[in-house]
Parts: sequence; structure tokens; C-alpha cells
Amino acid sequence: MISPSQKFNDQSEVLTHDLRHRAIVQTALRKYEVVRGKSRGAFQDYPSARQAAAETKWEALNHLDKYLAEFADKLEARGTKVHWATTGEQAREIILGIIREKKARTIVKSKAMTSEEIHLNGALEQEGFEVVESDLGEFIVQLRKEAPYHIVFPAMHLTRGEIKELFNRELKANSSDSPEDLTMVARRVLRQKYIQADIGFTGANFAIAETGMISITENEGNARLTAALPKTMVTLLGIEKVLPRLDDLALFLPLLATSGTGQALTCYNTMYGGPRQPGEFDGPEEYHVVLLDNRRTELLADPEQRDALHCIRCGACLNVCPIFRNIGGHTYGTTYSGPIGSVITPHLRGLQDWKHLSFSSSLCGACSETCPVKIDLAHHLLQNRRNASEEKASFLWKTGFKIFSFIFNRPALYKLIGPLGRIGQKLHPIVKGTKLDPAYSWTKTREAPKIAPQTFKEYWRNRP
Amino acid sequence: MTEREKIFARIREALTVQAPRPGLQDRDTASLRPISKGAPAANAREWLPPVGDSFEDQLACFRANAIDLKATFHLANDRDDLAKLLLELRDVEGWKKVASHRGELTDAACQTLALPVCRTDQPFDASELEACDAGITECDALIAQTGSVLVTNRSAGGRALSVLPPHHVVIARREQLLRDLPAAFELLKKKYAANYPSMISFITGPSRTGDIERILVLGAHGPKKLTIFCV
Repeated sequence: MISPSQKFNDQSEVLTHDLRHRAIVQTALRKYEVVRGKSRGAFQDYPSARQAAAETKWEALNHLDKYLAEFADKLEARGTKVHWATTGEQAREIILGIIREKKARTIVKSKAMTSEEIHLNGALEQEGFEVVESDLGEFIVQLRKEAPYHIVFPAMHLTRGEIKELFNRELKANSSDSPEDLTMVARRVLRQKYIQADIGFTGANFAIAETGMISITENEGNARLTAALPKTMVTLLGIEKVLPRLDDLALFLPLLATSGTGQALTCYNTMYGGPRQPGEFDGPEEYHVVLLDNRRTELLADPEQRDALHCIRCGACLNVCPIFRNIGGHTYGTTYSGPIGSVITPHLRGLQDWKHLSFSSSLCGACSETCPVKIDLAHHLLQNRRNASEEKASFLWKTGFKIFSFIFNRPALYKLIGPLGRIGQKLHPIVKGTKLDPAYSWTKTREAPKIAPQTFKEYWRNRP
Repeated sequence: MTEREKIFARIREALTVQAPRPGLQDRDTASLRPISKGAPAANAREWLPPVGDSFEDQLACFRANAIDLKATFHLANDRDDLAKLLLELRDVEGWKKVASHRGELTDAACQTLALPVCRTDQPFDASELEACDAGITECDALIAQTGSVLVTNRSAGGRALSVLPPHHVVIARREQLLRDLPAAFELLKKKYAANYPSMISFITGPSRTGDIERILVLGAHGPKKLTIFCV
């Protein structure tokens, strides 16, 4: 079997040379940058808003026991059934249990990265249930049997022409390639699904402890419909989503929109606090909330990187990341890609298998700088590197440093390095560009730097 | 031990070690204004986009935001003017049937329109609501800062009415215009804290998507049009 790291390297190699892919991604992100800049600029004091958001998340996470209990108890008091899952498998079983009990056939879903994390769709389809993703981008990648490319823009890597072909083939749509027409195709198909579906499934952006509500941020209205029409509603969310107070949203809703899509506020920001209450005439009769740990408590136990749980999944760090922009979202092979994915995946899925992501970084710090809740992502990548080599250093790493310290502790040997290097460089053209070249991984795409004709010491000694 | 207890045990174990306060990596942190203890949102007004103090300022702000969002906003002079505007809209769009809920403003609107009405504050059929040309609702507030309409399922005829029909028409009173998001949350607390509605929604423009090449398309799943009347 190919290791995740080998797969990552192979795929990166392909995509960094794919100019078409690069053009699509750069065009999409340029549009994002313009509107994000405008929305940030509209704040009277963006740095303070950001600092307050970071402190609020810090408060929530560092008193998670208190706020999570308050959230769950308040929800239950108003007739919601709250479930707890330590693992992804438990969460899948809970959700399957609800669906079986309701004798449901069709499940309509609004966007939820947590469900990608636990591979819910596959599990449901295997049991013979029909699962329909209703977010347009998710709907497109579901038809392509792909994972979302980006946590906010799932179909960012596709052109309208490709989507037209997909719709015409899979949905017998006969649509033009205008985004308007294509959106209307999805609208028509999905409208019927909302009305037929037995179960509405959603994720959540925030969980409000004070009032026992979840909050969903979206633009299309698909989550609104998912939470309005089916008889049973199920929400899956990670335990880290908690915010202490309802009015914290006055800060978090605009911050999430600004960082996520560049809007001042997204089209629908909706809070749900339970199933249909007495005197209400629509909405689900039953409401289930599934709270997922899935190794989040392990990340919580690391005080150095605990703030990675502050993440509001806005995707801003992906958008500014030079690595993401070149290798694309699928290359990561993880649910969460980009800098935040590189930081948390080793915690969620094993450090040794996923440490390569933390090494694939230029450490430029753009991610730390853009994060609306001030997660110091670039630093966490370094900490992952340190932890990985402390835990299990590779042979090359260990011998490399042994040789290094051997030579650098011996002035006579050290003096030989310069002249030897210059001889080596003269011989280099013989093997350069071939696989015999010891520096092949560098020189296949770049020139090796020239070694100076004399060392500084030599220069100083012979100075005029 | 239940699963809940196990998760809480792990959380408490993890939190025995303190994590550093956030933002310390920034050298400029000292220059930031101190954040009041426990309730940062109390200061949010000083950080969020500015809105003027007077009704006229706030109205102008709301109107400008509505235009940006591609929503339609009308300020009616009085109830008669509102009736005239509604009839115009009915005729231009050729409405055959509308959906609505009981309320002083919506009842008057339905009477003016003289069309068959699907009521969502009594048991109704989703397909019937879907076939209506417009959903006419009241609201809890209009928010100048963001151009949003604040609805709850109690104030606006349930969960589906404001999102299923292709055109959402909101009728609001002048005094419902609020300055900003903090004011909206203040209102929610004052009005509902004893018993919150099961759905609260900030609607900011008609439904939209940019999922295909980041090109804006209106009416992704929810209404293609949002018209806001203020009287």
C-alpha cells in the first residue's frame, strides 16, 4: 500500500505542474481576496474584533466542561435528544439508529464537514439509504463521487463547462454552461428532495451555551429548508463548537462571513433551539443533536496546540496558503486541508502517518496572520515537526545530524568542506539532472547555488 | 459510565493544564484595547462597521446595504401608499396565490391583494406553499448595519414561509429599524429570553451561491427575490 506521504508527494508533483488547475484556483481566490479586503476594511477596528474573538474562543475551550454541559442541558430541556459519540463509528451508528427507527428512505443534507470527517455518506449509502447533498458545491462533488476540494468552496476546482457536462450526463439536464442555468438545474432537482425527504441532516457553525441553540451560517437557504421541511432533523457537530453567549454571535457571524467568503454577513444565519414547539406549525417533530469527540479531547489535552480547536472553519488559511494554492485541496488526502488541516490531522489521525503535511510548508506565516481567531498555525506546524522527530526520528535525520556534529566539532575536517564542495560542484554536471544526482530532488527543477571560489576566512587572510 | 460522562472525564482531565492566553504571539497586542472580561460582544459596536445615530442615517445605511445585496427596499409613506406598492408588485409579477401568516400588517396586505392565501400558521401542505408566488411575512427587526431582516418562526409564520416561495416579501414598521447586530441580539433577549422561538434567522439579501466559478447567482435554494417594505 502507498503511504499517505508518498501519495501526497506524487499528487503534489502532478498538480504543481498543472497550469490549468493553478489558473482556476488563482482566479477564484483573487475574487475572494478583493471582497474580503473590502469587508475587513469596513470594520471600525478589525484587530480588536479579532482579538476579542480569540479570547472568547479561549474562554469557551478552557471551560469546555461547563459550557458544553450548559449547551446540552438547555437543548434537552426544550425537547431535543442529545447524543454523545467518542468515535466517528459511534456517531455513524447513532445516526443510522435514528434513520432505521424512523423507517426513513431519503436523507437531505446541508453542508457539514464533520460528516465528511466520519465518512457518513458512504455508511448511509451502504445501508441502502438515499443521501442528497443540497449545498450546490457539495451536490456537484457528490455527483462526481469526490470529496470536497475546499471546506468552504467544495467545487472550486471545476469550470462551468465541466459542471455542465456533469449535469447533462448525470441528471439528463440539457443545460447551458451559464452558472445561472446550472444553479437552476440543481434548484429544481433538490426542491423535490426537500419535500420528499424523511430526515434533514445539518452541521453547525456554533453551539450557544447560554440559550441551548446551534447556529448555521449559509448563503443558499439549503440549510433553512433542511431544517424546515423533513419530519426529523439531525445535527452533527464537534464538541469544540461552543460559544458562551448568544450575543457573541454579533461578533462571530460577521467575522466568519468576512474570512470565509469575504461577505459582510452571509445570506442566512440561523439559530435552532429545538424541534417544533407548542404553537408552532412547521419544523421537525423530532430533533437530534449528535456531539462528536473523535479525538478532539486529545488535542484539548495539548495546551500548546489547544487553540487549534478555536477554528471556526472559515477556510481563510487555505485561501492564503502558497502550498494550498499550488497543490490543491484533494492532494492533502484529508477532510480538512490547508494549514489548519496540516495542524490538526496529525492529532486526529496519527502523527507519524500525517507529519509530512507539517513539513510541506514554507512557514511564511500568512495563515497565522489571516486567522480570524488568531490560531498560530505556522508555529503549530513547527511544533508538529518537533514532536514528530522527538517521537520517532527518521534514519536520514539522525545520521544527517550525527555527520553534521562530527564535522562541525573538528576544525580540520570542517576546513576540508569548502575545497571538497568546489571539486564536487565541478563534477556535478556529469550526473546533473539524472537520477544518479544526489541532489536530484532539488536540481530537477532548479539550479544548485554556486559555491564561492573561496571561504570568508580565506578571503580575510588574503585581503589586500 | 455513559458516553457523555466519558467525554466529560476526558475534557476535565485535559483542562487540568492551562493553555496560554491567545494573541501573545503578536507584538502589537499591547496596543489593542483591553477586552472587557467575559463579554467581548458588549464592545462589538466599537469594532463592527459604523452606523449613524439618527433614524435617517440608519435608513440610508439600510437602503445602501439592500442595494448591494440585490434586495428591493421601499419606504412607504403610510398604509395607503403600502397598499398601492403591494398592488403594483402583484400586477407586475402576475401573482396568482400568496402565502402568509396572521399579523396586523400581513392581514392588511392579504386583504389588499385579494388573492387566495395559503396560511402557514395552521397545518399546511409543503407542496402547496412551494407553488405560491410569494411568501409575505412580518419580522422582528431590520438591521441597518448589515441590511438584514431578523425573523423568528413566531414572528414570520414558521420556518418555511420565509424561504420556500420564490419571492419573500417582508413588511416592517419604521420603529423596527435597528442600528446594528448587538442591538438585534439585545432585542432578542428582551423579547424572548423566557421562551425563545425554535428558529431565529438573520436574512441578508435573497438566497445566493457562488459555487460555480465564484460567480454570483441569486435564488440558489431559497427566494430569488427579497422585497422589504417599511411603513
